Amino acid sequence: MNKLLGSIEEAVRACGLRDGMTISFHHHLRGGDYVLNLVMEAIAAQGIHDLTINASAIQDGHGPLGAHIRNKVVTGIEANFIGPVIGRVISEGHLERPVIFRTHGGRASDIDDGTSHIDVAFIAAPSADERGNCNGILGPSACGSLGYAMPDARHADKVVVITDNLMPYPLSPISISEADVDYVVRVDKIGDPAGIATGSTKLTRDPVALRIASQASRVIEASGLLRDGFSFQTGAGGASLAVAGMLTETMVAGKIHGSYALGGTTGYLVDMLEAGCFEKLLDVQCFDLKAIASLRENPRHVEISASQYAGPKSKSCAADGLDVVLLGATQIDTDFNVNVHTDSNGRIIGGSGGHSDVAACAKLTIIVAPLSRARLPIVVDHVLTTSTPGDTVDVLVTQAGVAVNPKRGDLIERLRAAKLPLVSIESLRELAERQCGVPRPAALSDRVVGRVLYRDGKVIDTIYGVQ
Amino acid sequence: MRRTMLFLPGNNPAMMLGGPYLGADSIIFDLEDAVSPAEKDAARILVRNALGALEFGPVEVVVRINALDTPLWERDLEAIVPMGPDLIMPPKSSDAGMIRRLDEKLGELEAACSLDHPIGILPLIETALGLENSFAIATASSRVRALFLGAEDLTADLGAIRSTEGEEILYARCRLVAAARAAGVEAIDTPFPGVDEMDALRRDAARARSLGFSGKAVINPRHIDIVNAAFSPSEAEIRYAEEVMEAIEEAKRQGKGAISLRGKMIDAPIVERARRVLAMARQIEGGDLA
Repeated sequence: MNKLLGSIEEAVRACGLRDGMTISFHHHLRGGDYVLNLVMEAIAAQGIHDLTINASAIQDGHGPLGAHIRNKVVTGIEANFIGPVIGRVISEGHLERPVIFRTHGGRASDIDDGTSHIDVAFIAAPSADERGNCNGILGPSACGSLGYAMPDARHADKVVVITDNLMPYPLSPISISEADVDYVVRVDKIGDPAGIATGSTKLTRDPVALRIASQASRVIEASGLLRDGFSFQTGAGGASLAVAGMLTETMVAGKIHGSYALGGTTGYLVDMLEAGCFEKLLDVQCFDLKAIASLRENPRHVEISASQYAGPKSKSCAADGLDVVLLGATQIDTDFNVNVHTDSNGRIIGGSGGHSDVAACAKLTIIVAPLSRARLPIVVDHVLTTSTPGDTVDVLVTQAGVAVNPKRGDLIERLRAAKLPLVSIESLRELAERQCGVPRPAALSDRVVGRVLYRDGKVIDTIYGVQ
Repeated sequence: MRRTMLFLPGNNPAMMLGGPYLGADSIIFDLEDAVSPAEKDAARILVRNALGALEFGPVEVVVRINALDTPLWERDLEAIVPMGPDLIMPPKSSDAGMIRRLDEKLGELEAACSLDHPIGILPLIETALGLENSFAIATASSRVRALFLGAEDLTADLGAIRSTEGEEILYARCRLVAAARAAGVEAIDTPFPGVDEMDALRRDAARARSLGFSGKAVINPRHIDIVNAAFSPSEAEIRYAEEVMEAIEEAKRQGKGAISLRGKMIDAPIVERARRVLAMARQIEGGDLA
């Protein structure tokens, strides 16, 4: 048994990859990933066409993918997030079939139960042995958790591990096991460490973001959910991270011992873990070096798969037990629907990731967003794309006040009692429009370039191309 | 209520847009020190347009104009007054004559644009001469709402060394409070210079309040919450004020003249203070905005 092959080309041939198949990638190397580009170059060189890429995310380092889309090497993409670089290529109509957007949990569940079939999974591994055991916490390209690659490794017909840090067998700890791996390829570099993890995620100094953060942390305190056993997830945006810092002070001062924090981890969540705010961190993805080091060294910091993170068809998932989640928004409308897929011109610039998963699961979903960005109102009449439905969103916190979803009468009472500055979401929309004006509607074509699948697999919205 | 007065540079649109939402009771758009000579015109136009375009809600709007010994102050006023700010802050206010000149000019401009309520004046006391003339300054015009201490320029003028503890400005603080209160107006304390020294800021603000200041300027938005807290009535103060008002009501019902609470006679100043505390507490509570 020799799984170790000399090159990616060899692995592509060994897997029997041919026209029309589906290949998969994970995005743990984030903006620093080289592997998708290396694999696609090898595939294109072999004259293979009409592939579907099923990736947890397409990042802006994947620019060369644009040429493969134009040359029909890739004719379909399924992803949970697509950055602006490839998003633009798709929005301009170059991809043959519409993109299928899923959520992090939805993708994992669809792979787990065979709804999404993957012919070959290419898994970038910061460390691996020659039989394919691998992890993300060791090696020069360490990225931390490999949670998003786990469903792919379990269920793809063929699994190729690509590493730049080949270690003696048996490697441990084991995130992805040799039992699932067909081939291993060693390359010079799987990614650029500077793009994989930031040195340290810095706290914002933007006074408006800090104001939003302090109001959001007051909302959490007033919600009645901040007590022993508290569970929490926060995004990695400026205001969301600042809330983590403020909650740490509150929890330490109040001797509140939470249960777990979930999701993508940063040094701020690590600080909370070490300060005793939580018993455990359940980590599906690391954002900075401090999080990676903590996952490596602290047994209370636990790597989990995307299925365990938020899989709607998993027998249970960690998101189900969330008390509070803080999320951002590109747009939010007066029905509390949130768009994180398209920008004001209608171009694809992102995707749900875990946004709609955790919004659906958490007892309290808080959106933190400024009224406007770059002279564009963020609170609008109708979002251009519905990523997360408004009935799963409880509160919007802006610098100009806190709007509570009217269906949460209980929460309105609690926040009113805590003297939070409550406003109607309509009045925030009006204020945003008075400040910025009402933008002309985006000029869209008739061509469908994407479908947004909610976590239950139903199409929640359709994305049209730009003119 | 002027617990916090936040300075915002008059040439920074992003900060001006965010300014009304940062929790300060007042914001001061600065046309003076924060703006370089080459940008004076641009800042004047920007601040004028911001006053017309932004919504300030309950936040008081102040504009610091250029000093009256420069050729700029009248042009500042001609641009700003039609937009109806709440207060004009003249820097380096050193004598009553300056305030009277400003009062006169404000009156002319207000009449020309039919403003329906007079713009107030917030003299910035930041020279030794201004400090010694502070009562005369406070009483030079009925527009004066408060005296404002500027310790950076003042300590330079005094030849004193500025410190975190502020020992060097103790006399100035006490003098300014006495002059302001004697004139029946408020006293606003100088900003605390240490951007990241939050504990020292807390002590400095508490000290200012104990000396009689009603509020304090801030130059960094991160200072706002701490300064607001320092100048807000404490829960104990609110409770006591409520008890005072209840005792008054009770005495009225019983037709009593003299009232005592916790073994102390309640006289008019105590009642007045209790009223102020409760009014302020209600204002701070805020609640629903729309």
